[in-house]
Amino acid sequence: MRKKYKKQAVGFWILRVCMGIVLLCLAVILWDIVSKGAGVISWSFLTENPRKGMTEGGIFPAIVGTFLVTVITAILSVPLGVGCAIYLHEYAKGGKTTRLIRMAIRNLSGVPSIVYGLFGVVLFVQFMNLGTSLLSAGMTLGLMTLPWTITASEEALKSVPQAYRDGSMALGATKWQAIRTNVLPYAMPGMLTGMILGLSRAAGETAPILFTGAVFYLPFLPKSLSDQFMALPYHLYIMSTQHHAIEKVRPLAYGTALVLITLVFFMNLVAIIIRYKLRKVKLQ
Amino acid sequence: MNVTIDTPSSKEGEQKGQAVSSRRPVKIEVRQFNFYYDTVQALKSIDLKIFENTVVGIIGPSGCGKSTFLRCFNRMNDTIAGARYVGEIRIDGRNIFDKDLDIVNLRRHVGMVFQKSNPFPKSIFDNVAYGLRINGIKDKEFIARKVEESLKNAALWDEVKDRLHKSAFALSGGQQQRLCIARALAVEPEVLLLDEPASALDPIATAKVEELIHELKKNYTIMIVTHNMQQAARVSDYTAFFMLGELMEYDETNKIFTNPSKKITEDYVTGRFG
Repeated sequence: MRKKYKKQAVGFWILRVCMGIVLLCLAVILWDIVSKGAGVISWSFLTENPRKGMTEGGIFPAIVGTFLVTVITAILSVPLGVGCAIYLHEYAKGGKTTRLIRMAIRNLSGVPSIVYGLFGVVLFVQFMNLGTSLLSAGMTLGLMTLPWTITASEEALKSVPQAYRDGSMALGATKWQAIRTNVLPYAMPGMLTGMILGLSRAAGETAPILFTGAVFYLPFLPKSLSDQFMALPYHLYIMSTQHHAIEKVRPLAYGTALVLITLVFFMNLVAIIIRYKLRKVKLQ
Repeated sequence: MNVTIDTPSSKEGEQKGQAVSSRRPVKIEVRQFNFYYDTVQALKSIDLKIFENTVVGIIGPSGCGKSTFLRCFNRMNDTIAGARYVGEIRIDGRNIFDKDLDIVNLRRHVGMVFQKSNPFPKSIFDNVAYGLRINGIKDKEFIARKVEESLKNAALWDEVKDRLHKSAFALSGGQQQRLCIARALAVEPEVLLLDEPASALDPIATAKVEELIHELKKNYTIMIVTHNMQQAARVSDYTAFFMLGELMEYDETNKIFTNPSKKITEDYVTGRFG
């Protein structure tokens, strides 16, 4: 065998091993959570309040809280993110300022989530006087996901050929008409995917909601935007590190983790389905 | 390229314009026109007149500015950062660089077909109807009639009438290009700009597009950029030869190809360089 073929074989094997290690890690984590958490999953676990100092009962308020805070995050971050992306990609002149802004946005997506949490406390909880509430937490998560939504939306816009814009404008469309009718529809799958992935990350975050609205136990569901709430990731954090009877509630913690990753998994699945559907429509 | 060229003064330009004998009214008049990308001058003091219902072929070596020139007539170059115009292009006497000119309206009257066919990812019908819809036409019957008429004028109707609502991407390259022509025709332009419309097509598809251009000039004033000398000779009534951003010669096609008044034109059309 010639030397270059040997080299190729070695290269392929290194890549296979890398892939294998990643898959193994994922499998171990999933197996650990599913095997230890599946036992406590039941209808009552999903629909009941925690009882007896959270040693019994379900996680219903945490599920509702996570759902609500994610909705608020989406309401804030989706329109703002899409708007920013359209402006940056379609309207802003590609000068120094634009590049600087883009660089800043990319960097923001690397800022640790706890920093967003503290920022949220200062801006929303204290300065805007919203208190620790659903709204504060949702807005903090919204801020955190903005860089992702902007970047994903911009990438999606970039993938739409310039010929669609030119072709449209050459027929007498205004720039906005060209964008609305001949760019956005085709950028939509990519935008949605990026956004849902961003939101699913937000749904699993603890640090940004820690000081801005989440509490470890509430005997009732939030009734307004200014109420505090329970959330799955924070509940999990409490159950696995802060609880007075950690060993006893361990199965409940695993059950919570399973619910959380299932939720995130479903959101990602929705993203995949939307992308697939829209792509089919596009190429019908 | 090591060719020395004497720059035509504006006076010579005027003479060139007049040298082309005219039996038709002037549709477009280019006067002392210059175009810059930032500091680079891409087109240098160009003068020419284009007559109504004629086809003008624009030829010249790559990078001579012929596509840039074409894109000035519907101001598509506006989308490029640093683009700057000096001089006048008058269409029906109106300078298209006037400050109060409505560019969107200009583009409706000066249609363009791009080098690479660019059907939109919509159905054949929706592609042709697109221009009507964005111009605010909602009457469904009118749109349907106009789509049929445009596809017929683009010699595509018979091939697609049974699959109007199928994706335009399913068409062949030549059909896609004719679809783009139909799309441009639907908004009833007066001038049609064709930027190497057949460069990616096989000879049969090319022949169809050329035949179509012949038909279209009855109703439109057409400018076509082409790399193919035979094509220019076949489809155009007048030919403009560009080099390094300058208009070297502009005359009746017949004269350009058989008896050009400049040596460099002769060298180019006979394939001695370029």
